[in-house]
Order: sequence, then C-alpha cells, then structure tokens
Amino acid sequence: MARHVIAAVDEFPPGTRKFLEIDGRPIAIFNIKGEYFGLMNRCPHQGAALCEGPLIGLAQSKDPGEIEYTKLGEIIRCPWHGWEFDIRTGQSYCDPRRFRVKAYPAHVEPGASVVKGPYVAETIAVKVESDYVVVEL
Amino acid sequence: MNIQFRESSEAASPLAVKAAIADCDIHPARATRAELYPYLAKRWQHHLEVYGVHAYQGMMEGPPYPKAQPNASRRDAYPPEGGPQGSSLSFMQKQLLDPNNVQLGVLNPLNTGQGIRNHELSAALCSAINDWQIDKWTSKDKRLKASIVVGNEDGLSAAAEIRERAGDKNFVQVLLLSRNVEPLGQRRYWPIYQAAEEAGLPVGVHAFGFGGNPITPSGWPSYYIEEMVGHSQCQQSALASLVLEGVFERFPKLKMVMIEAGFGWAPSLAWRLDKVWQRLRSEVPHVKRPPSEYIREQVWWTTQPMEDPERREDLFDVIKWIGWDRLLFATDYPHWDYDEPSRVLPAGVNDDDREAFYLGNAKKLYGIA
Ligand code: FES
Repeated sequence: MARHVIAAVDEFPPGTRKFLEIDGRPIAIFNIKGEYFGLMNRCPHQGAALCEGPLIGLAQSKDPGEIEYTKLGEIIRCPWHGWEFDIRTGQSYCDPRRFRVKAYPAHVEPGASVVKGPYVAETIAVKVESDYVVVEL
Repeated sequence: MNIQFRESSEAASPLAVKAAIADCDIHPARATRAELYPYLAKRWQHHLEVYGVHAYQGMMEGPPYPKAQPNASRRDAYPPEGGPQGSSLSFMQKQLLDPNNVQLGVLNPLNTGQGIRNHELSAALCSAINDWQIDKWTSKDKRLKASIVVGNEDGLSAAAEIRERAGDKNFVQVLLLSRNVEPLGQRRYWPIYQAAEEAGLPVGVHAFGFGGNPITPSGWPSYYIEEMVGHSQCQQSALASLVLEGVFERFPKLKMVMIEAGFGWAPSLAWRLDKVWQRLRSEVPHVKRPPSEYIREQVWWTTQPMEDPERREDLFDVIKWIGWDRLLFATDYPHWDYDEPSRVLPAGVNDDDREAFYLGNAKKLYGIA
C-alpha cells in the first residue's frame, strides 16, 4: 500500500474537497470538520464523477411518518441519479450488498514523518514544520 | 509524477472512442426569458411583461418542488460561463456530443409555449422557440436536429406551425407532451396528426406537460417518486386514447414516438387492450384491428430511462416483443436521470441489434442519411 501526500493541512480547510488522479485513478479527498476521507471519484452505477455531488445526511424511517436524519454531511449523493454513499466507508444505501465505492483512508501526518517517507509527493513541496494530508492506496 | 491535481473532476480522462450514436432526447434550455424576445412580436413581449403566462396547470415556471437535483438536471452540467444546465451549446458539445460520438441529437425543448390557456400566446411562444432552436442550436451544429414545438391545445394553429416548418431540414419531428387538457387521441388534436403525417414527420410524445390534470389517475401524489412513475401511467392513457379514438386508423402513415416514459409496459398494455377489444369491439368499430397491431406498426420508443430489471433476460423478452427495430437510444441530457451510453445496454446483444438500438433506428425514422 503506497501513501501519497496530498496537501498541507493549511491549504485544505474544513468543508472543502480536492480532486486528484493517482496512478490513473480518479480520487477525491474531503475535509469534514477536520477529519479527512478519500473516495474513488467514479460512481459504481453509471460512472458519474460521484464526488461532485452534495454532502447530505441520512434520512431513515422506522415507521411512515417518523423520520430520523443523522450523519449530517457524511453522505455523498451522486450528481446524476442520486445514489447515496457513506463517505466513511463507501457503503451505498440503495443496495449495500451489491454496490459500494472504494474508500481510501486519509489522515494527517507531521512534516517530519512525511519527509522520511515511504511517501510519494512529487507534486507538492514538503516542509518538515508543517502537517500534511496523506492518503493510502 | 503519479498524482495530478485538478480544480474539479470535470476534466475526467477521455472516454474510449465509441461507435457513433444517436441521442433522441436532449433538452436545450434558455439562459434567460429574454433570449426568446428576438423571435417574438412586440405585441407578445408586452403581453408577457404585463400579463405573464397562464397555464392550465399551476406553477408552470417554477417546479412545484425541486426535482431530485437542481433544475432536475445533472449537477455537473452547469455551463462554465453560467446559466442553467443545457443552455450552452459549447458545453453540450464538450460534455455530451463529442465524448459520446453523437452523430444525431434530437432536441426536445421543455417549458415552451405548450399548455398555455391563451392559445394565441401559446402559438407565438412555440413559434419563437422553433426559431430559437434553429438560430442557437441546429444551424450551429449539424449533428443537432430540432423538434417542432406546437401550441398543442389548439389543433389548427398547431397544424399551421407544422406546415410552415415542413420540409425544413432543421426539424425532424413534432413534439407533444403526455399530460394535456384531454387524452391525446381526441379530435381537437387531430389536425396535428394530419399535418405531421402530410409532412412525413413523426410525432414525439414526451412525458410531462401542463394540461392541468394530475399525473396519476388517482389524483395529485405526495412525492416526486410518484410523479416519476406516473409518467408511464400517463403515457399509457395517451397511447390507449390514440388507438381507441382511431388516430392510427385514420392516419395510417403517422409515426408516434413515446419519449421518456419507459417501454417495459408496452406489451402488457397491448395484451390488455387486445383482450378487452375482442369483447367490446362494437363500441369502437372504427378500431378495425387488434390494438397491438397499430402499436407495433406505428409506435417507436426512446430508451431513457432505460428499463433495468434484475434479470437481463426479462429486458430482452420485452424488447423482443417491441422489436429491436423500434427502440431509439436517448440520454435525456442534461436531466438528472441521464442514461450513460456505454452503461445502459447489458451484454448479450448482437452487433446488428446494438447498432440499430444506438443509431440505425433513429437515422431511419428521422430520415437522416
Ligand atoms: S451514476 Fe451515480 S447514481 Fe447513477
């Protein structure tokens, strides 16, 4: 499993997302309230750029008339046909057993460890005193 | 370098070159209402400013509720220069026509002048939209062909508009909607069918409409999902009416295209019609043959939203009844329930049928060499 340095934490504020391509794979990384998540940016349904969709919550109902709305900002809704996926796990909600989108672990590493590697970061300059977002795949 | 950063994911890797296709349901949009003014007499510009538009149905200009995605469209289809999805030719070329190798694209504008209570205004708006389709779209990209939009509730002015456009190569069909003031087979609409038949143009019936009737026969539903499935019920009533009022009998060269309401229901509707017709034939003696015969001879179907049963054999059974020569591929771009050409047809279709499905049937029906 290779680890890739994506951005300095300062340049990746909460509520934003970054689109990248790693080894030909389209990937998006999200910063949700300081937590980072990576997802394959291709919908398993018909191939839309999934991660351009809005982040919503999860509406569930035990009984008609009772609605629970949880996981606010953690569900991504495909910009085409609206299939919903959990950005933490890539699980789909319309058919969890058959469809999921690949999730890539992302987290923050201090510059000192990033400089040491085993990371790949040809595209951004890395300084020891900063923190960086790293994705694994 | 193995990481590439992007502004958005829009510049996705280019799709593999695919065989040419036809897209038989594309929705061009106007960036502003004023875009139509150059094609509207001053009298109607003033009318719009002073009186607005009165439809048979409320809330025609703004949707009664957001339709699953903004403007019922793909979220990635906003043109970079601004304006609603579907309003930019250059972006449509870049996002739809070029990457999918679209050789023929049929434009079906919605929110036109159809279903408006003032029939003169309705006719003027429809005519303006037709001029706008030529100016903004078909004259600028030869792959695109327009549908003649007509003031549907006034058969005579609608027929006049069709006759005026007949023979103009920018147009390949007449466009109606499924939800009208009355079921589509009724006499008030016959001048439309007569003019279309004379002009050799198919009549497309697109789901939706502003006739003032609820989308379901049991009243106004609570949810958008009910409206989505209601389109096929509505289209079934329209088709039954066309058969039973004798439209196909009276206009035997008329070709109808059922647009955006599915096709999986076609066999069961035809079976039911045939069965009941055997028993009640004397009520409609002008229907001389079993209803299914008219349907199979005179009706075509666009594919989007493509039927997607769990077993692909079920899909193939339905298509076999309808005929592989009757389906016209469509994406519905830029709407949110868009069908991606490379992903809709399951494996197991032979090359001839595949070619007919994606291109051949449309070229033949619309007379494109
Ligand atoms: S492509 Fe994502 S839901 Fe269809």
